[in-house]
Amino acid sequence: MARSVIDIPDLTMEELDRLMDTAEDIIAHPDDYADACRRKKLATLFFEPSTRTRLSFEAAMYELGGNVLSVTGANSSSAAKGESVADTAKTVSCYADIIAMRHPKEGAASVAARNASVPVINAGDGGHCHPTQTLADLLTIRREKGRLGNLTVGLCGDLKFGRTVHSLLNALSRYDGLKFVLISPEELKVPSYVKSDALKKKGIPYTQTEDLEQVIGDLDILYMTRVQRERFFNEEDYLRLRDSYILTPEKMKKARADLSVMHPLPRVNEISVAVDNDPRACYFKQVLNGKYMRMALILMLLGLKGGTQA
Amino acid sequence: MNVDSIRDGIVIDHIAAGCGMKLYRLLGLENLEAPVAMITNVVSGKMGRKDIIKVDAAIDVDLDIIGYVDPGATVNIIRDGELKEKKRIEMPEKLVNVLFCKNPRCITSCEQELDQIFCLTDRTKKEYRCAWCETKASNI
Repeated sequence: MARSVIDIPDLTMEELDRLMDTAEDIIAHPDDYADACRRKKLATLFFEPSTRTRLSFEAAMYELGGNVLSVTGANSSSAAKGESVADTAKTVSCYADIIAMRHPKEGAASVAARNASVPVINAGDGGHCHPTQTLADLLTIRREKGRLGNLTVGLCGDLKFGRTVHSLLNALSRYDGLKFVLISPEELKVPSYVKSDALKKKGIPYTQTEDLEQVIGDLDILYMTRVQRERFFNEEDYLRLRDSYILTPEKMKKARADLSVMHPLPRVNEISVAVDNDPRACYFKQVLNGKYMRMALILMLLGLKGGTQA
Repeated sequence: MNVDSIRDGIVIDHIAAGCGMKLYRLLGLENLEAPVAMITNVVSGKMGRKDIIKVDAAIDVDLDIIGYVDPGATVNIIRDGELKEKKRIEMPEKLVNVLFCKNPRCITSCEQELDQIFCLTDRTKKEYRCAWCETKASNI
């Protein structure tokens, strides 16, 4: 079984640091990595709609000089004929050197990793994990703040179903001096098991509130999330909670001058477009950072180096 | 069947009162043709009340299942009417095809040939989670 990344705890702190260092080096010296993955193929298996994550992986591989084999949508693949994830993983291992997979079912990436003979990167498995988004988040925080510890981080919106929130909480909880402010409606609070594993067991201070405006002035980072229609079984609940929090220029006036506003995207209406021009808005930088971290991860899992690391 | 004297079989003793039937069902003892005695609410000096299961056949039982239901139980192996071995039970680190994931979004919900694997994630709370989607096991 090849080394795969299904969730952030699959990576040690040292590996996370090394990935961020590699990403920084790629940003500084992109030409030095242009042939790092020459003759290597990435298979992107996306059994669930996604634009940015798939394009990010594909752009990452192309910028490393590699090639991409792509499957989008379960309807256009052998999954439509009833093939299991295990068989798909074994088959694709014969064609590609590394796999990035998104699947609507939770745990699908683990099944693929146990059966593939090449590394598998989980590009999102239902509401479970999305580790490369978290890698993008970590690099963004490090680049914006110069550190990953000693920060007050506000997480706002759908904290119940939002897998990026759970992953980020778990990832940041490994650093020192963090404080979390969890901002959500009652129905979308962080599940107790996530709080227990990521915060309580590690003695990390946190507060919970429903009022964004009351706490925005305390934050170094504000991580906004979308209320995801696809995670609800009930349309009525979705519609009721969708507009719980909308970040506007008015609310931004109460925030610190050095706040960094992040969002895993896509957004619906939880951040007003008028905030985009605020220098504190980092969400499009986050997208770019995601590509660099995916490049670094592909290199690491393929055992390749480039640039000044060669 | 004389429940006091088994010649070749097993006695699962010190089962917490009320857990005997759950164990009987999970071990599939209802499918045995051999005599099985389920004794509930027996007065116990140590436990107050306990359940006991006696099986009058030399079968292998899944110790992981017993460990999951009640790690305090003991298994006595009887051969030729004598106590041959007394097994202490521990909470298993992993359960395979004992519990079933109830998360409708779990990959096991659509790929039924996958093993249902649950891992012990919190020994003090006796908490198991699905190895695939990490959903907490509900009590059975």
